[in-house]
Parts: sequence; C-alpha cells; structure tokens
Amino acid sequence: MGFSVHEIRQDFPALAQSVHGKPLIYLDNAATTQRPVQVLEAIERYNHFANANPHRGVHYLGTEATRAYEQARERVARFINAGSRKEVIFTRNATEALNLVAFAFGLAQVKAGDEIVLCISEHHSNLVPWQQIARLTGAKLKYLYLDEEFCLTHKEIQAKITDTTKIVAIAQMSNVLGTIYPVREIAGWAHSQGAVVVVDAAQSIPHQVVDVQALDADFLVFSGHKIYGPMGIGVLYGREELLREMPPYQFGGDMIEYVEEESSTFAPLPQKFEAGTPNVEGAVGLAAALDYVESIGLKQIAEHERNLTAYALEELRKLRWVRVHGPLDMAQRGPVISFEIEGCHPHDVATILDTYGVAVRAGHHCAQPLMNYLKIPASSRVSFALYNTKEEVDVFLESILNVRKWLGYGS
Amino acid sequence: MDLSALYTQIILEHSRSTRNKRQLTCATCKERGHNPSCGDDITIELQLEDGRVVDAAFTGVGCAISQASTSMMIDLIKGKTTGEVAQLTDTFLAMIRQELDNDSSLKNLGEAVALKGISQMPARVKCAVLAWHTLQEAIKTGA
Ligand SMILES: Cc1ncc(COP(=O)(O)O)c(C=O)c1O
Ligand SMILES: [Zn+2]
Repeated sequence: MGFSVHEIRQDFPALAQSVHGKPLIYLDNAATTQRPVQVLEAIERYNHFANANPHRGVHYLGTEATRAYEQARERVARFINAGSRKEVIFTRNATEALNLVAFAFGLAQVKAGDEIVLCISEHHSNLVPWQQIARLTGAKLKYLYLDEEFCLTHKEIQAKITDTTKIVAIAQMSNVLGTIYPVREIAGWAHSQGAVVVVDAAQSIPHQVVDVQALDADFLVFSGHKIYGPMGIGVLYGREELLREMPPYQFGGDMIEYVEEESSTFAPLPQKFEAGTPNVEGAVGLAAALDYVESIGLKQIAEHERNLTAYALEELRKLRWVRVHGPLDMAQRGPVISFEIEGCHPHDVATILDTYGVAVRAGHHCAQPLMNYLKIPASSRVSFALYNTKEEVDVFLESILNVRKWLGYGS
Repeated sequence: MDLSALYTQIILEHSRSTRNKRQLTCATCKERGHNPSCGDDITIELQLEDGRVVDAAFTGVGCAISQASTSMMIDLIKGKTTGEVAQLTDTFLAMIRQELDNDSSLKNLGEAVALKGISQMPARVKCAVLAWHTLQEAIKTGA
C-alpha cells in the first residue's frame, strides 16, 4: 500500500483549521502531535460503552474497563516487543515514568561514590530526577559530551561509562538537535561495565521501530501524546526481574494485595506500580494510536519524514543567515531541526511565523544544560510528523524570509 | 494579530540600540531577571542617590520585545524619584494587563506606549513586563 500524505491528513481534524486567517501548518510535533479520528473515536467509544474502574468492578462495565485497559497494555507490549505484559507500567507521561525509575530503582540501588551518566542533551525530565538521586545518595553525575557533528563518539562513551557507573540514562533521540544516539551500542558497553540503562524514547518512538529487546534496554519510557495519542498517558517498560525487586513508587488502592492495620502486601506486577484509578481512556487512546501508526507502517513514516527533513535542511543551509544546531548527516538524525536566524531572537521568530499559520517552538526546549553547552540562550525548532507535506515546508521556508523583513533586515 | 503594530520602527530601534546597554561604574543596586520559558535574561543596574535614579543601564540577551521594553524603560526612569518610578511601573503593568481605567496616564509612559499591543498577545506579555518586574526587585533590594 502506498503512502499518501493527503489521505492521512483527512484523519486529523486539527490540521484542517485556519489560524490567524492562514491554513495551520503544524511543525511543533516534537512537543506534541495531533490525534487522528481513529484515536478520538476509540476514546469516545470507551466513554460511551465501557467507563468504570478497572480491576475493581464486578459488574459489566467494570469488566469491560478492565478488558480495555489490559488490552491496551498488551498492545503497548507488542509495539515495543516487551517480553511480557507485566513489564509495561502505565504512567501519566514520560516524566512520571522517569521519576518512577529514579526514585523506586535509583534511590535503592545507587550508593555514595557511584556514578550516573547522562548525555548533555538530556531533556530536563531525564536530568532533574537524576540530579535529585545524586543529591540524596551522594552519587556523582557525569555527562557525555558531543563532537562537532553533535554526535557521541565511541571514545566518549567508553571514557565516561566505567565500572563505577551504576546507571546510564539517555534519550534515544534529542528533542533539540535531532541526533539519534547509538543506544544499542551504549547499552552493550554499559552492561559490560555493570550499569543499568534507562532509555528515554519520548522523541524516537513515533519515528522509528523501538524494540526494547533488540536495544537491550533495562528501562524505557515514552509519552502517548508524542505518538498521536492523548495527553495524560505514558509508559514505563522495565525488565521483569528489575521491576520485581523494586519497591513501589506510590501507595494506595489498586497496588495492594492485603492491607491490615499496620502493614500491607503489594500487588504483583504490573499493578504494584499503578496506585489509584488509572487513566483508562488514555490507555485506550494510546493503543488506538499505536494501531494507527502500525497500520501506516513505521518504515513508511520514517521515509516520509526523512524526505521532509532532508529537504528542509538543504534549503535552510542555502540561507547564509541561518545556523542549524544538529547533525547534517541524515543517518545520524531524526525529523527535528533547531536553528537560529542571525539577528532574530527565537521568540520573535516563533511569533512572526505564527501569524503565517506556522507553529514552531522557541526557547530552551527543556534542555538548559545543552543550551549552555552550545553557548546559545535559545533556538527555534521545527519538527515533522507523518502528516506534514513538502508544501508546508515551502511555506515555512518562505515565512522565514518574512521574519527577516519584519525585524528590519533586507534578506 | 497585527505584526505591524508589534514590530514597529520604534520597537526595532530600541531592541537594537546599545545606548542603554552597558555596565554602570557606580551602581547602587543590581538585579537579574529572566524568562525561563524563552531565554530572555537581563541584568538591570541602577545608581540611586537620595531616592532618585541618577543613572540606569542594562546588559543581557533576549527577544526584540524584552530588549526594547528594557531600553525604553531605562530612558523613562532616568532622573525620576523612586516614587515616580513606582507609579510608572504600575501604569505600564496596568496597560499590559488591560486594567487601565482611563488612558490619560499613558502619556507618562513616553515611547513605552508602543508596547500596548502586547496586551493582545498572551504568549509575549512576559517579555514586555520582564524589565519592569526586575526594576521593582532592584529598587526593593536597593532601598
Ligand atoms: C526527550 C524527551 N524526554 C522527555 C520528555 C517529557 O515528556 P512529557 O512532558 O510528556 O513527560 C520530552 C518532551 O518534550 C522529550 O522531548
Ligand atoms: Zn521574550
């Protein structure tokens, strides 16, 4: 079956609107993606016909809700090739999943003097929790730094990850640079040094096949809303033997077995890590989003996005007043492009582009250590999804000429 | 949203002007302000003598709106008493929040009136008010 972006766009009601009198061109997909009707309808169906508390109700709706929720878990497990459904924990988002790993695993396992290794481009969500763990345990944070191509070298990986490293936490793809890091290689080396590997797949999951077993990830997290699903649902994958040993993260209903006045025993996996009534409609929406992505095919999606990215990069490089922060080699990157326009602050760039209907991101992208490392206060960012078109990239490129004009530059 | 009301000649001129961008040799108070969400980061220095702003200047980086707003503010407050500065600050913030009962006090704001249109752009309000909030802090610590 061919890939028709124009047919795909019909599935996304949000893309059909105009903003400031211009057709919306949504290029902020690394922040969040729009949702197809297939997802919206799955959520609506669940709310119409199956809404109840899972795992509790004896009645019909309770059973339906449990079925919907657990089917969603199976769906996620298949999507990331988890060994079993017990290895899939639902959370609110990637951030909560990372906090869960940091506080339930990290806090118990990391000792004073141990090292936690992160990449300098980490999103704050995969950085601030580890700072807290380092502070609480007396462990040391170490950063992997990038070469001139914004990539990680073997040398850097092998120099920083050593037998004092307890945890390596790294994003598979940078939300600022677009760099795709060699997670499989990092995991191989880290395991040889006795470290545990936490993969932040928040950015990579909508753009490439993520297989937790092939990657040899010990933990892996992502958010539903960046892969065409709803907000408020995220996933923590963890290897079963690690999850089994970990203490619970939150306490309360649903995560217990027996509760007495003074003590309790905890539910088996995965319920042990899901205290309280979960976001069932979110899980259902996420499962529908994964169905949708798979029905189109990640290979086809990746190829389409690669074409858009290569084209945008090539055109941006022709403009002498534009500087791109990220790899130019398409083999090293995904569909996220950060750039600077000489003399124009990213915030003004985003405001002006918005009036042309073009939605882009401006700022530090929740990666302040990276911005300091690159010595830039902020950047503008475009990020593509399966529904973007070459025509949209052209409007974006024309609009940035206008940015220069509005801010008083000839061209 | 009308860009021509936002990126006016006067705002662009102020945003690029280096006239008020320097360090004071005899600063009596100094305050750094930043917008974490967009990276605007300014430091305002004041030379206060007998409750009057004898000199003022700023350093830092940021978007055209934050830089222009800071530069205009500095033009405006030089020579004023801290009481007058407090009044100007209230007027400016009320203008941006669209809380002014009558427009007659706007004339006191001089060129800073050019930022009135920001009140229509919630995403950029922080850029326009950064300088003024930082000024309030600077005076508080210097007093
Ligand atoms: C690489 C990366 N990690 C983590 C996150 C956090 O995602 P969420 O806010 O959905 O928890 C993001 C979101 O921007 C991200 O890009
Ligand atoms: Zn700003």
